Amino acid sequence: MSVVIILIVASLAVALLFLAGFIWAVRSGQYEDTLTPSLRVLAEDSNQAKQNPISETNSKLK
Amino acid sequence: MSSQPPKLPAAPAHAQKLAGGCFHCAEPCSAGAFVLDGKSFCCFGCQTVFSLLRENGLEQFYQLQAAPGTRIRAASAAAKWAFLDDPAVSEKLFDYADRTQAKVTLHLPTIHCVACVWLLENLFKLHPGVGHSQVNFSRREAAITFAPVKIKFSELVALLTSIGYEPELTFGETEKTGPSPWRKKAWLQIGVAGFAFGNIMIMSLPFYFGLDSFNGPWFKAVAGWLGLAFALPVVTFSAGDFWRAAWLSVRQRTITLEVPIVMGLAAIYLSSVIEVFEQRGPGFCDSLCGLIFFLLCGRLFQKKTYDRLTFDRDYKGFFPLSVVRKNSGGEASVAISQLEIGDHLILRNGELLPADAKLVSGEACLDYSFVTGESEPVARAAGDHLYAGGRQVGGAIEVETVKSVAQSYLAALWNHEAFRKNSDHNLDSLTNRYSRRFTKLVIGIALAAAVFWIFKDATKALKAFTSVLIVACPCALALAAPLAQGTAQRILARLKIFLKNALVIERMAVVDTIVLDKTGTLTTADARGVEFQNAECGVRSAELSAEEMNWIGSLARHSTHPHSVRIAKALLFSILPVTGFKETPGGGIAGEIAGHKLLLGSRTWLAKQGVTAGKNASPPKITDIKNAGSAVFVAMDGKLRGAFALENSLRPEVAQLIAQLGGKFELALLSGDNERESARFQKLFGARAVLKFNQSPSDKLNFIRELQSRGRKVMMVGDGLNDAGALKQAEVGVAIVEQIGIFSPASDVILDAAELPRLARVLAFSRGAARVVRAGFVISALYNLVGVSIAAAGLLSPIVCAILMPLSSVTVVAISCGATAWLGRKLQVEKLQVAAPVRLNIQYSTFNPQPIAKEAA
Repeated sequence: MSVVIILIVASLAVALLFLAGFIWAVRSGQYEDTLTPSLRVLAEDSNQAKQNPISETNSKLK
Repeated sequence: MSSQPPKLPAAPAHAQKLAGGCFHCAEPCSAGAFVLDGKSFCCFGCQTVFSLLRENGLEQFYQLQAAPGTRIRAASAAAKWAFLDDPAVSEKLFDYADRTQAKVTLHLPTIHCVACVWLLENLFKLHPGVGHSQVNFSRREAAITFAPVKIKFSELVALLTSIGYEPELTFGETEKTGPSPWRKKAWLQIGVAGFAFGNIMIMSLPFYFGLDSFNGPWFKAVAGWLGLAFALPVVTFSAGDFWRAAWLSVRQRTITLEVPIVMGLAAIYLSSVIEVFEQRGPGFCDSLCGLIFFLLCGRLFQKKTYDRLTFDRDYKGFFPLSVVRKNSGGEASVAISQLEIGDHLILRNGELLPADAKLVSGEACLDYSFVTGESEPVARAAGDHLYAGGRQVGGAIEVETVKSVAQSYLAALWNHEAFRKNSDHNLDSLTNRYSRRFTKLVIGIALAAAVFWIFKDATKALKAFTSVLIVACPCALALAAPLAQGTAQRILARLKIFLKNALVIERMAVVDTIVLDKTGTLTTADARGVEFQNAECGVRSAELSAEEMNWIGSLARHSTHPHSVRIAKALLFSILPVTGFKETPGGGIAGEIAGHKLLLGSRTWLAKQGVTAGKNASPPKITDIKNAGSAVFVAMDGKLRGAFALENSLRPEVAQLIAQLGGKFELALLSGDNERESARFQKLFGARAVLKFNQSPSDKLNFIRELQSRGRKVMMVGDGLNDAGALKQAEVGVAIVEQIGIFSPASDVILDAAELPRLARVLAFSRGAARVVRAGFVISALYNLVGVSIAAAGLLSPIVCAILMPLSSVTVVAISCGATAWLGRKLQVEKLQVAAPVRLNIQYSTFNPQPIAKEAA
């Protein structure tokens, strides 16, 4: 039966880890703006694709 | 849950016009346009921005999005923003400032695409004084860090303006207290509740299936204690707002829905504690956390909806932030909060008068359309009293303030008590009325069950009492209204109909009388109703060529005069450069386009300019045109060409709307205008409707009051500040705006003018939504009936609780959202009968309310 105890402790430890991660994420403001980062990624991508956007995309698709 | 993602870049209008359009802003370019590097531009401003960005290696701006810019309207003079360097002003705007750096968050309404985000975050490449900048797209905000030593705040604002991002600086905004903290807290509350819910549920699984006997009694104890430990932060932290709200309502001696919820939560937790202590079972902590989790999700959904629709109710936001004050040493910019009685102010063309004042010198010609809704500017002579809220048209004037900002006319109207009766409306919501009866009933049943069991089997009395409170916890009920109304609110927002809060739907559902304002609501100062008569024969003709009309439009565009604005809207299709523009206040405007001298103005003014009518000319008979309001005469190269008659034109959808509403509601019309058009409107509204003319703002307010005293539920539909009092007094105030986001101080609903014909549908929709809420109540009541009868019998087990309570919540959520969305689809399917005309919107920047012609899709 001690197996159950170990399992409970292990699962709770993992769960608490995730809770702590979530609290850190909220505190550091990651939930403040969920839209702009997705746009920023687009802009950075095309920065690399500046020279030859079409061939760049094709090579990525491969 | 997630909010509607804003539409990403591709504006269809852009793509269509791109061929041959301006490389920067996609506006059409005329022949002889500005060409640089093989790219054509519509104006010098756009070309300047292009070369500026290219010099600084920011050409990628144009690769992220085709023609991503906004039209550069005028060269931005840093001097215009000089007032921002006044520490009294800047300290209100800055988030942080020390000697070496300052951080400011600016609202930039023109942010609209990926390229904007990119450009603004690369702002440091344009000026060495700018440091880090970060854009919040959904709020259209940019947080910019800069070194005030290298770039003054005014220069920063001028730089932003010069590349097309003019910040919207309002007084209301300057008094903000930073980003709303609820967001973080709400996420944390949900996270904690969800975490506890999931983990307790996993540990409780064996009990649901009766498997706990395998593990022995110690497992029950461990699960029970862990459950209590997890549930404690959920009950205290996650559900904290419910406790506060319940306490508040108890102190106010009313019963809101939070009271029975909190009673239920307390009962569940306490009975769990007792069960675990007595080692009878694992308690009900799984159900408890699940309920709180669902409740919080519903609330987050509601808040997210509200957050996007926050209205600026602060009247100070509509006054200019700063004015030029004359002092012994010359002139200086001061914040209006620092104004004192007796100050001498200089008002230039287009600036607002912040307080009641006396005209000292200059030709005052004030446009009170912000206050009265009437577009005719009023001329005043030296020594005259000027009311606050007027916008100077023409040359600069000097005034002496006679009242402080807070005492003046506008502020008095705004501070009217009618604006502050939010709370009593809200307390009377459908949910709260229901919950009052509900709570009494539940406590009655719980007591009855307890009394019954005391006589029958005293050991079961406490369990029966708490069981009833547990099962009757009206969580499903609490979800029904917010979800149905929140969904409805979002559906309406997608149709450009914005509600102040979800409760407005409830109030809209009971409206039986609709009062409409005339000016700006039913009539429109748009391109329609501008008719031209030529000088020779006095009849309408197409004598002006398309090119000439465009010249006139281009000239009129430079003026902020309402007549010019209308003419520009009607005639302008491609903007041409104007040289030697001159505006004579109260007279007219002059300028040279494509080598032709154009004059546009009153007849007497044209005569003064030496314009004479042709040989056999008879003056145009403006009276021939029905409902003609005013006339604007046109001369080209010294020759009178004719006149524009400006009709007070009715919005085309109005007749249809009135017909739809007439059958179901009592209608009334209020107008600040004279009775000239009385007959026309009586015919439109039918004989039964009340029409009132020459109404002052307080007359309108009293009219609504009088209707309400007769027990009518009134919806007021208006547009401006002049009916703000009436908008607030009415059960539902609807503000009609030409462009979303200008202002709508007292209203509950903001309606895009183009959506006016939908009003009847919207009212029907809100009735449907209210019915959905009631259906949710009935369903949750049925669940409660079943649950309470089990509980009163003293038979409540954890498994019954764990199934019954989430099930009732889920059913109510599904029905509320589903049924409302279904109603919404019906609303959207209804095609508008009138094809929406292509129209140019007028947008007023709050600081310097010069209309900006902006393309609307």
